[in-house]
This record gives sequence, C-alpha cells and structure tokens, in this order.
Amino acid sequence: MKFTLSWLKEHLDTEAGADEVAARLTAIGIEVESVVERSKGLEGFVVAHVLAAEPHPNADRLKACTVDFGEGPISVVCGATNARAGMKAVLARPGQYVPGIDVTLKKASIRGVESNGMMLSEDEMGLGSDHSGIIELPEDAPIGARAVDVMGLADPVFDVSVTPNRGDCLGVRGIARDLAASGLGKLKPLDASPVKGVFKSPIEVIREFPEGKGDACPYFVGRYIRGVRNGESPRWVKERLTAVGLRPISALVDVTNLLTLGLSRPLHVFDADKVRGHIRPRLARPGETMLALNGKEYTADAEMTVIADDEAPEALGGVIGAERTGCSGETVNVFIESAYFDAVRTASTGRKLNLQTDARFRFERGGVDPAFLIGGIEIATRLIQEWCGGEASELVVAGAEPDWRRDLKFRPVRVHTLGGVDVAKPEVERILKTLGFGVKETGSHMTVSVPSWRSDIVGEACLVEEVIRIHGYQHIPVVPLPPTASLPAAAWAPEQKRRVTARRALAARGMVEAVTLSFVAAATAELFGGAPEATRLTNPISSDLDVMRPSLLPNLIAAAGRNADRGIADAPLFEVGPQFAGDRPEDEAIVATGIRSGRRAPRNWAAPVRPVDVFDAKADAVAALAAAGAPVDNLQVSTEAPAWYHPGRSGSLRLGPKVVLAWFGEIHPGILGRMDVRGPVVGFEAFLDRIPAPKRRKGAARPHLVLSPFQPVERDFAFVIDAMVPAADVLKAARSAHPDLITEIRVFDIFAGGALEAGKKSLAINVVLQPRDKTLTDPEIEAVAAEIVSKVEKATGGSLRT
Amino acid sequence: MEDIDVLRSELIATVNGSADLKTLEEARITALGKKGRITQLMKGLGAMEPDARKAVGARLNAVKDEIAAAIEARKNDLAGAAIDAKLMQERVDVTLPVRPGEDGRIHPISQTIDEVVAIFGEMGFQVAEGPDIEDDWHNFTALNIPPEHPARQEHDTFYLPGVGADGRRMVLRTHTSPVQIRTMLKQKPPIRIICPGRTYRCDSDATHSPMFHQVEGLVIDETTHMGHLKGCLIEFCRAYFGVDDLPVRFRPSYFPFTEPSAEVDIGCTREGGQFRIGHGDDWLEILGSGMVNPAVLENCGIDSSRYQGFAFGMGLERIAMLKYGIPDLRTFFESDLRWLRHYGFAALDVPSLVGGLNP
Repeated sequence: MKFTLSWLKEHLDTEAGADEVAARLTAIGIEVESVVERSKGLEGFVVAHVLAAEPHPNADRLKACTVDFGEGPISVVCGATNARAGMKAVLARPGQYVPGIDVTLKKASIRGVESNGMMLSEDEMGLGSDHSGIIELPEDAPIGARAVDVMGLADPVFDVSVTPNRGDCLGVRGIARDLAASGLGKLKPLDASPVKGVFKSPIEVIREFPEGKGDACPYFVGRYIRGVRNGESPRWVKERLTAVGLRPISALVDVTNLLTLGLSRPLHVFDADKVRGHIRPRLARPGETMLALNGKEYTADAEMTVIADDEAPEALGGVIGAERTGCSGETVNVFIESAYFDAVRTASTGRKLNLQTDARFRFERGGVDPAFLIGGIEIATRLIQEWCGGEASELVVAGAEPDWRRDLKFRPVRVHTLGGVDVAKPEVERILKTLGFGVKETGSHMTVSVPSWRSDIVGEACLVEEVIRIHGYQHIPVVPLPPTASLPAAAWAPEQKRRVTARRALAARGMVEAVTLSFVAAATAELFGGAPEATRLTNPISSDLDVMRPSLLPNLIAAAGRNADRGIADAPLFEVGPQFAGDRPEDEAIVATGIRSGRRAPRNWAAPVRPVDVFDAKADAVAALAAAGAPVDNLQVSTEAPAWYHPGRSGSLRLGPKVVLAWFGEIHPGILGRMDVRGPVVGFEAFLDRIPAPKRRKGAARPHLVLSPFQPVERDFAFVIDAMVPAADVLKAARSAHPDLITEIRVFDIFAGGALEAGKKSLAINVVLQPRDKTLTDPEIEAVAAEIVSKVEKATGGSLRT
Repeated sequence: MEDIDVLRSELIATVNGSADLKTLEEARITALGKKGRITQLMKGLGAMEPDARKAVGARLNAVKDEIAAAIEARKNDLAGAAIDAKLMQERVDVTLPVRPGEDGRIHPISQTIDEVVAIFGEMGFQVAEGPDIEDDWHNFTALNIPPEHPARQEHDTFYLPGVGADGRRMVLRTHTSPVQIRTMLKQKPPIRIICPGRTYRCDSDATHSPMFHQVEGLVIDETTHMGHLKGCLIEFCRAYFGVDDLPVRFRPSYFPFTEPSAEVDIGCTREGGQFRIGHGDDWLEILGSGMVNPAVLENCGIDSSRYQGFAFGMGLERIAMLKYGIPDLRTFFESDLRWLRHYGFAALDVPSLVGGLNP
C-alpha cells in the first residue's frame, strides 16, 4: 500500500519527517518497504518562462530560446520540438547535475549560440522514459519556483506492507490512527457530516437475497446526484493518485479511488442514465456474464454477489463495476454505491475469477468499516459536488448495519504475564482509547469495546498485542528461557539420530550428500515402481515435477547424469530423505539412498582403477544400516531386488524372511538408457524406518570380554563347486562344522575357467580356529578340518580341490 | 713397556682400518687369537719376576680389553654401513601424491539442521516430526487459518487429489507449523520442541524454490511470555551466527497462529559493497515468531486459560546462505558435485556447543 507524506498529514497532525514516520511505522508493525523521495537531487531545477523560441541560425534541429527564471532573460539552446514561446518549462542551470543523462551542466556555446542551461524532459530528470519533449508545466506555475513543488514531487512516497489482519490500515487514515496512538502526532477530525438531499432518488435499492444469504451484502447505502459535469479532477488529486501509482481517469472515478486509498472505503459510481430500473444487490444467476471496467468479460456463478439493475449485473459486489454503466465525459447523473460485502464471498469471487482489485483487497481483509457506509458516501458527495457540481438526493438505505459491536474482558496484568512487559495502567488505557477502543473499569478487569474497523480483535491476546506493539517491543525485557533440567535430555529421538549417523557414515565412506526435490516426473516414477494417483500433484510447478517421488534413486541418477555432462563422471551421491507410497503419514518412509557411477576411485599411480560394482553398493548399504543400528551380522542376503536393478547383479538385505532392510545392486542398464545416463551406476536403498528400535536395556554395558590365552590357528581350504552355488552356502556350511571354535571365515580367492570344468568355480576360504581352554593338538585340528570339508561338500555338492 | 704401547697402537690401527668384517676378523686373530700377539705376550708373563709380572700383566689386560672394545665398535660400524647401503637401494619418491582417500561431504542443509538442533537442544528442546503430505486441517485450519483467509491464499499451496478424514484436502505442507499441531494433540504441556523439515510452495524463481526447509519451534507451559521469546531467540541468533553482541530486533507483525506476533531482524552492514552480519546500519529479517494464539491451543485440546507459550519458524536455506555466504537458493537442490564439495562439510565435522559451532 502506497501513500504520500502529505496525504498522511491530512489525517495526522504531526511535525515528523519522512524518516521518523518510517521508523515509527516499522516499530508498530506496519513494515515500510520503501520511502521514495522523488525530489532528491532535483531540488535545484526551477520553473522558467520561455519568452522566445527562434530557429537556431546554424542548426536545423535546434532552437535558440530566451527564457526567464526570475533573474532576467537568458539564452538557452534547446532541441525539443515542443519548445515554444509562452510555455513554462523546467530549467537546469550551469553547475547543476542532470541525473537522467549523468552530466553536470556547463555554460556552453552551441554552434555559435550561447546556452546558459537546459530545459529538461522527464527522462532527463530521471523520472520516466518520456523523451518526446521537454516537460510542459502548468501555465500558472510561478516563475523561479522549485520545479519539484510545482510537479508535486516534493512529497515523499511510502510503500508499506500491511499484514492481512490490518485491513483498516489499507486506508491512510488507519495508518494515521496507529501513528497517533504511538505518540507521533494527533489524529485530525474527519468531516463526514451529512449533505442535505434535495430530492428523492429515482433509483431505489432492492436487496434480493434468498433466506439466509443476506449477509452477502447486508447493508447498502446509495445516493443519486443529478446534473454533474465529469471532467478532470483537481491537480493535487491527480498528483496524489499518480504518486501512489494510480492513473487519474476522471473526477468521478478519482473520487472513488481517493476514498478507497484514503479511508479504505471502496465506492462505485454508476452512470445513472444507463441503469435500467432499480439497483438490485443479489446472488448471480449461474452463467450470467458481465463486461467489466477492465475490458474483460466475467461469468458469474451462484455463489457470487452482483449489483444488478432490472436486467443484468452492473457490478461484481466488492470486486469491480461493469463497463456498461461506467462514467464517461458525457455522464450527467450518477448513482453512488457505498455497500458492505461479505469478506469470504468477496475473496472467493475474486479468486475464482482470478481478479484482484483494490476493492476486493480491502473487503476480503475485513478492511472496510461496516459503520462507515454513510460517512463515506457523505464525503464522496461533497467532493463530487465540489469538483463536478450537481444536486444530491436523499440517501437510499437498504438492509442494516451488520452487528459489529463486541466487548472483551481484559486483565491488564496479561500485558505483563503474556507480553512480558510492565505498562502502567493509564498508559494501557491511553493506547487503547487512541486506537479507538472503548475502555471501562469492571472490578479487577477492564471491559474493552472493539471499534467497528477492528474486526481482527477477538480476544485478550489481541489486546495485549495492541498495547505492547504501540508501547514498543524494544521495551520488553529480555529473559533467558529457564532450563528444563540442569542438563538437557537428548534432542534427537533414537529413530531420528540414526538418520544423522547414517548420513555421516556414508559421508565418511566418501559419498557426497545431495538434497533433491521431493518431486519427479510421472514417467520417471514409472521406471521406479510408479507413483500412485494419490501422490500426483493437482497443481505441479511443471510437468516434469508432477508426482511425489516413489524412490530417491531417480533424482540421484539424473544428478549423476548432469554431473557427467559437466565432466565429472564419478558421482558418489547419497541422500537421506522421504519417499512416498501414498498420501497418508504412514506412506512416507525415510530412506538412505546412494549411488556410485563411473570408477570407484580416480586414476592414480598406486593401483589400477576399476569401475564401480555391485559390491560397492552392498558395502554402502551395509555401512548405512550398521551406522543406523541394524544388526548387520544377522542379515540374510538374497538375490531378489526390484526391476530397476540388474537382475543378475543385485540383491536384498533382510532381517528374517520378510523385512527387507535394503536393496542394492547395479542399476538396470535399460533404466539408465531411458534416463539417458551412462553406466555403470550402482545404488542402494536402505529403509531406516524398518530397523527395529534399539532395545532400552539397563545401561550401556557391553557383554563381558573373554580373551583366550591360546594362539589361534588358521587353515586354508579350496572347494570346487557349481558356479551357481552362493558363497554364503559355503560359509554357512563351514561354520557349522564347529561354531564354537571357528571365529572367522574369509573368502580369499575365487575363480572359474582355466583347468576347471565348465560351470564350476573354485572358492578358497581361510578359517580361523580360536581355542579357549587349551592349545589344539594336530589331530584335533585335523578333525575340525575334515569336518569342515565334509560339511561343505555335503551342503554344496562340491569337493575339496587337491 | 714401550713395546706394549707400540703394539697397542699398531693393533688398534689395524682394527680401525678394517674395511669389512673379514679383515676385521683377521685383525682380531692377529691380536687376540690363540697365537695372537697379545696372547703371546700373556704367555711370557710366567717367566717374569712377581712384581714385574703384576705390572705388565695389568697393562696387557687393559690393552686386551681396549682392543676387544675397538673390534666390537668397528663391527657395529661396518654392520650399520651395510644396512645404510641396503636402505639407500630401497628409496622411493615421497613427493608422489597420497593414494586416493574418501572425500565425502555433508550437505549444508543437513549441517545447518544439526547446528540448529545442537543449539536448541542445549536449551532443552527436542526434535519432533510430521509428514510432508498433510491435510489442510493440520496445515491451515488448526493453525487459525480458515479456508477463505487471505493468509491461506498467500501460501501458494500444492494440492493432491486425495481427501482425508472429515473431507480434509491433502496438501504438501507449506510450513513446518503443522508439526506443532500434531505434537500438541498427542503430548501434554510442558512442551519444548523444534521441528526441522521439508516444506513446499508452488513458486519457483530466482529466490524461490518449490521445496525448501524450515525449522519450527514451540514452547508451551504456564509462564512463558514474550520476554522469554526474546531471550531464547536472541541467544539462538548469537550462537548460530557466532557474533556475541549481534543486534537482534523484534518487530510487531502478524501470523494467524500467534498473538502477539513478532518478526525478528538481525543487524547487518553492506559497507563497502561487502555484506556482513553484525553491527551495522541495516537489518535483515530472518524469522517469524509470536505467542501461540489461544485459538490454536484450543484447537489442540489445550486449555488456553492455563497454558501459553511461543512459537517461531525460520527458513533453513536462508540462515545457511547468510552464515556460509551461499549466494543462490536454487543451487541447494541441483546436486552439482562441484557445489556440494565446495559448500559441504566433512563427515566428522559434527556440530556441538562443546566443540564450538563457528571457526
């Protein structure tokens, strides 16, 4: 919302300057976006009278002018086509800086003619882009006066952001009232005294609402004015409207804008001669159309309020008027509407039609005072009569003022116990009264009556806010938040902490954490199991971000592709975040997902580089699960994995047969092809939420450590087995030979081909035996070894390689 | 006696002059062997007078020990030289770079969340969470934002097709405030929580991303007032930005779910074209806050005549950008490895107050 300092001072008696006003506005909760002093740097330019404008003797396009700026005639050369004798122009003199062309003027001789200054265009003054000629000031502009005063630029323009609760501050007067309460001056009285009507309006107002819908427009005040002459409004009005970014249109229209911005009282003025019959506020008939003043046609529905005449809508209530009954230069008789429209209905009408107007903005924010319909129309009548003449009718009143009266119980002690600051009771009373509240002592508390323009004040907390914001938040003493205990409890819950740990564990493994959008394209989601209909956005920001991601993989794979395009082919990326299987809270899962692409390590002198493979992904998955507290030693590995993984190079980590804690594997080359990303890419998805909650044992003690004093013994075995036999079977069988004695089994070699029969592989293991109560004898060791061979051969159908 | 001195010098010279272990052994035999020169002289002692024998014997023993020690010393020298020569053969180029290590990173948003949790955790806050897909009751209505309220329209909400309980519309949460509601519905006061998480607005340009992160805070008990709100948030701002005397300003504002409401600015300066947080001539808005609106408490079944407290919310990208000098919001979500490695944090750089949050 914009206004000028002089506009404010029309309502506020104050000596304060722009800076002081701005600082106070911010302090009381009306945030100042900007204060533009349009005259800054232009104060030295003066009004000059052009006495003569002769053709330049040596240049076709120039004129040799003689101008008077109050100190006798001087010669000025000018190139503007509109420079002519008799006009008033803006003169810049030698030594002055002209901002639009970034030049400090010097006395000069231009092609032999002396030039003692420059007559300025708008863009040369830095005011706009109008370069069509020099500025033509009004004929009555006083010679030698500051041009900025004549042009109405001396008035600083404020742009404030009014919070949605303060509709009353969408009028300059509301802002003035707040400033007055804060002690920055005194609110001036407003003359809204009645204008005597000299005849009865030929147009009546007939509210036609069905039972129960009357609150759409409960109250309507109108007035007929006959015999007006619509022309331009006075210069100060045009300057004021221009300063706040509005285009002056005609006196009748400018009156409504002046009241909207000045008093937050939107009005509408109909050309009475174009109104057919009477004015009928009613709900629209579905499909009714109206060509609005903005030149667009709107189709109303049954929930919208219209101001119709006998035949058709002439305004969308609280939003915009119709072109047909708008005022023009020929308008002679007018009908003024000052009405009250329901905030919700007005908001919804505007939103459905995608139409924002100054009127809607105020009605939907409760910014229109339900007790100021008559006051507003009286002020408007007076202005119209002053500018356009005419005779006013008696008021036409339909409906009744909605009941806005509200008394609130207020305990001044709440200013301290809620607001945290002591404000003396007389000051509390003064603040409330200056803001327009009624205050009555009622025993231990006050009874505060809320003014008609403050529909936002609904309870005691609101009153505390009023008092402390005017008193000043800077006066609230700072109090430390008392501790809950001498030492705080853990901030992270166990299931949250494990995400933090998993994240740091993956970073420690060289992976780089990404945070990607929660959306993907539906077609991409399809490659990763698809997004259910419930997670498809109704209003996506773009078609490639239209569903909630069913997996984190697609975003990471796409990121690897983008990084590869930039020359970084090795992308170890991970993300810990949500994925969505539906729209219910339980459909959201927090997943640690990672990928690696390209090579496992950069080229180096010490070791050959190798492409990433499924075992990198498996190791990452195990690391993430281990960090998150999963019992990784007890996990079962199976070869099942979703379709987006390579069917022969992927698997799952399960806790028991049912609970999948992670998928891992090479990403299916077909998927990479569809996503246009070069392989190899391997990845994993670890479902952290599925890890069983850590048991709340007694204390953090570990099991007792028993160290054996006896040397461990190692033995190596190589088995020839079918290529399809999983290594896990061999390990499991070997361990079963003597679970107490065998503490570790390592696979140290695996190969196929060579001398081996086709379809066979050799798998070599190293077994560690740890005796606990005595040193093992050779026969004992041999017996365990024989048992290992026998178990493995039996379980796998293989044989010991000899 | 002169003979012994001459002999001693001669033998020690031979020992010290041995170029390798073999010559040294020969020198030892020459001196101390069965037929060695010292041994021979010892044998001659028996023929001497007792007094002379005693004097010469002592002398010979001393020389014998001296030579034995010289042989031992020379032996060590020769062995050391042999090892030195072998080690020189094993020399490598130590200017070669180290083998590739693991160079992972934590995203600035995760780091910022960890920092914020570390600070508020110290003040007794616990982390609470809620779903990203909310219903409009939790996201708006319960927070005192009725359907046609202008504040609801200003939220640029993403909608989903589903309908929840009581015909509630499903939305992507536009702020982390619904977590307040979920917490108050299931937990009785006193409450002290913070809720970091993803939030969504249907808006995308240079300064907006359709997804971003917020952290919400909520304190509910019987006595907390605006003075505590100021104390808590000033302490946070100073700890987070690492500026002990950081100016913090509270301005009246409006949020439907708080009453009174305050916007919080921190001091900054743009002197010399260089942006810096701290004392200066300018202010920067960083968070919204206020005393929880009684209507919100009642919506969650909390007796507003007994309980009160404050809530606040701030954008995590914004405070991360300010602290770490990250210029562009959208780059947070682009997964550009160059950006992640530059602005990211080491795995072991875990924020804590005992370790200090700022360099």
